[in-house]
Amino acid sequence: MTQQGVRWTTDQVLALAPDAASRAAGGTLGAAGPWSQAGSSDEGTVWGLCEGRESRPFRTVVDVTDASDPAYRCSCGSRTVPCRHALGLLLLWAGGRGAVPRGRAPGWAERWIEERRGSARAERAGAGSAAAASAGPEAARRRAERRAARITAGVSELEQRLADLLRGGLATAEPEGRGLWEETAARMVDAQAPGLAARVRELGALPASEPGRPVRLLEECALLHLLDQGWLRRERLPDGPAATVRSRIGLPNSADGPPVRDRWLVLAQYDTSDGRLTTRRIWLHGTRSDRIVLLLSYGAAGRAPDLTLPVGLAFEAEVSAYPGSGQPRAALGERFTSPAPEEARPPGMSTAQATARYGEALRSDPWLESFPVTLGRVVPTPVENSWQLAESDGDTALPLTPSAVARPGLWRLVALSGGAPVTVFGECGHHGFTPLVAWPEGAGEAVPLC
Amino acid sequence: MSATPAPEGTPRAVPWEELVTVALLGTDRRTPSWLPPGREAAPRALLDLAAVETVRRRAGLLPAPAGARPEPAAPDPRPVLPAAAARRLTMLLSERPGSGDGRRGSAPDLMELLPQWLSLACERGFAPPPEALPALLDAARGRTDLRPAALAFAGPRARWLARLNPNWRFVLRATPGGGSGPPPKEPEHGGRLWQEGLFAERVALLTALRARQPHAARDLLASTWATERAEDRLMFLDSLRTGLDPADEPFLEQALLDRSRTVRATAAELLSTLPGSALAGRMAARAAACVAVDRTRREPTIVVEAPHECDPGMERDGVVPKPPAGRGERSWWFGQLVEAAPLGSWTARLGGRTPQEITALPVADDWRCELHRAWCRAAVRQRDTDWSRALLGAPSAPEAGGPGAVSLAERARLLSALPPAERAGWVAGFVSAHGLSEAFQLLGVCEVPWAAPLGRAVVDALNIARDAGSYPWSFSGVMGLAERCLDPAQASHLDMLAAIPDEPEDASPGAGGYWAEAFQRLTTTLRLRATMREELGMP
Repeated sequence: MTQQGVRWTTDQVLALAPDAASRAAGGTLGAAGPWSQAGSSDEGTVWGLCEGRESRPFRTVVDVTDASDPAYRCSCGSRTVPCRHALGLLLLWAGGRGAVPRGRAPGWAERWIEERRGSARAERAGAGSAAAASAGPEAARRRAERRAARITAGVSELEQRLADLLRGGLATAEPEGRGLWEETAARMVDAQAPGLAARVRELGALPASEPGRPVRLLEECALLHLLDQGWLRRERLPDGPAATVRSRIGLPNSADGPPVRDRWLVLAQYDTSDGRLTTRRIWLHGTRSDRIVLLLSYGAAGRAPDLTLPVGLAFEAEVSAYPGSGQPRAALGERFTSPAPEEARPPGMSTAQATARYGEALRSDPWLESFPVTLGRVVPTPVENSWQLAESDGDTALPLTPSAVARPGLWRLVALSGGAPVTVFGECGHHGFTPLVAWPEGAGEAVPLC
Repeated sequence: MSATPAPEGTPRAVPWEELVTVALLGTDRRTPSWLPPGREAAPRALLDLAAVETVRRRAGLLPAPAGARPEPAAPDPRPVLPAAAARRLTMLLSERPGSGDGRRGSAPDLMELLPQWLSLACERGFAPPPEALPALLDAARGRTDLRPAALAFAGPRARWLARLNPNWRFVLRATPGGGSGPPPKEPEHGGRLWQEGLFAERVALLTALRARQPHAARDLLASTWATERAEDRLMFLDSLRTGLDPADEPFLEQALLDRSRTVRATAAELLSTLPGSALAGRMAARAAACVAVDRTRREPTIVVEAPHECDPGMERDGVVPKPPAGRGERSWWFGQLVEAAPLGSWTARLGGRTPQEITALPVADDWRCELHRAWCRAAVRQRDTDWSRALLGAPSAPEAGGPGAVSLAERARLLSALPPAERAGWVAGFVSAHGLSEAFQLLGVCEVPWAAPLGRAVVDALNIARDAGSYPWSFSGVMGLAERCLDPAQASHLDMLAAIPDEPEDASPGAGGYWAEAFQRLTTTLRLRATMREELGMP
């Protein structure tokens, strides 16, 4: 239970979205524009009218009394729960800015809340006073079971689809193309497996012109299959891998690792956006523990994500890891100092050590696209239409990813180096290396590349 | 990156290529022996194998062989920009033209401050932080007016970068020697570049050589002159403007016989700026024959008798025989003769009068405009301060602001021949007498920051325009100039003007607010410029 009437954070709201598409859709509605008569009550009800294409606005009401089990009602009738209107309303509420003032719920919202609480009370009363204490956890367990069953059904369906594809051959898969994958992705959304949905959608979006497309297709199908199998056998997996599978499938989780206190150097901060929802990634390096963690922060509807940590500064803070073995993702806990310039840099490694790190990380998370590493003494080197980071004191190099070569940051890196060795932090994966920040050989500040 | 072979001791895996082949064809069409039979089992087993192999391939990735590393950039000996100035540069460069919403409000226009910032940084001899170079080169690529200062500031690493990125090739064209270091010293190398280089490289070589050794440059040009193409000859000839002296005369005389008319005209123009040249003498004689003082009138008056024909001698000396549409032949020829005649010859010709006295003489039969304009062109060409001053006249004269013998554009060119302080004083006088509406061109040739009297005159005139009830955008050109050119020290005098005044009854609606906004932007920009200077360590 949360304290009644306490506003949630944008992050907290976005975590409720069943998949990226509804997160994005909710994001577009998370601005004051389409909303009227929005309000929230001290008892934990949030309501509003949302202008849609229909003649009548949708009536949306959310019960936020229990943060672990919010309830939604919306006249749009969408089978996605929470629907985009509920998400948008909560984002609007979470954003503050007075768009959702305190007030008394209008009749329609009040009636629904009363009805809901009434039936909950009746349920508890019916279950008897002895069971009342366990009703909460018991209900949660039943909900989790229902969701797991839906995911299992979705996973089986996906397995069937993959088997069909391999039976007929990847070469014949082209003509049906995107539509079928889109449809499959939609079914994974229905199955409440947003992680699977996203992977399936990416699979459908593989450009036909991509060199080595058959190989990519087979790799992605195989990894989907591996994830499906991981889910179906999750009871038999050790805790770490089981948590990894659950988070890859897209089940919500929270950073429950023990808080780790360190002096954290901000290595990189960059945003990606699908036009409506902005995802901010912040890489931190623990200067005492030599540990690298990733913070995620979201911003909806043209708003910048809340968290901003300037590259090159360091601060004393606690972070907690998300579950899943080998996951770099963490949540920022208490901060003890404000960010200040930092001389220390992460220690650099060789290109061979970098690929080995990625390889090792795959052991605990085979779906990992890349792993954060710092390369020491490398020289940006042009090679036929592309670039690589070549070791200054060796004969090996890591190729840059095509997207990194296309970004303006490449030229900042090249200019910084001037043909001399530099230290570069970035993401090393099977596509190549994506540089995110670099330091000159001698003294000098961190230069962000993203 | 390349995949490694599986380590020894692991069970033999099906080669990846074989898996891909079967996956492409489909297990219905091909079920190899390593797959279990069955419609359901075969594809699943294939996916199992592919999953293991995919993770194995990724986990086994090794670094690639390194390519040939680039030659390191030449060191830049200059001290690196102070941190605050470096941040300012990044800010100025991140402003993209057209990124605003059209109306500028009271925010300064950063892009307009970049040229000034660059010239200050060059003056202070700082080197840019290397990571700022890409944005600097991109800005210089989009704005040719920025290039000289941007490239001077960018330094050797910019040339190094430009060789790696085709978008920045202009840097190599703009730098002698194609960016491979300092301009070639040994004549051997220079000779070969001159013989075999690209046109742009040859222009750069000639220009650089002319700046250091004018005569050697002329000799180099003469060595291949006969074989050059006409448009190339024109460009090469133009480079002789730098360091022109009497020793160039024989070469130029020869160029007067060139096949190309534009080359002949340029050679003639260059010769006419050498007052002692034979051509200048010939033109002086021709011009003198056309202009005389008639003492028989009530007051001495200049009479003009324009030439009746353009003889081959005139044509050889660069006179263009055919006038543009709408101009009479005789006045066309006359104008060219006076333009090419040395100004010093007029004093003797017109009774020992000074330039002031000569320009004050009345001119008979409507020839005044033609004659004064030709003298203007001559004064600009010969950079003659006395004549420029005489032709400009008094800034407060009524005709200085309206249609006079000399247009505003010509006055602006004449002003360039005056010393900076005198120039600023003349324009200040002009602004005080005639207001701002005609002053834009003239302000553009004044030294930045504006001298105190000029700055005061402009601010006073803006204030008068505001009180007269007009809108500030009628003066947006001058406002923009003032933002860039006013001495930042004057910002404090402007604070009073930035307040929103009570609107007089006859004023344009809302004008007071817009003026306040315009003055606010002016002071904000001036303060920003003062900060820029401080960040660069300037007093």
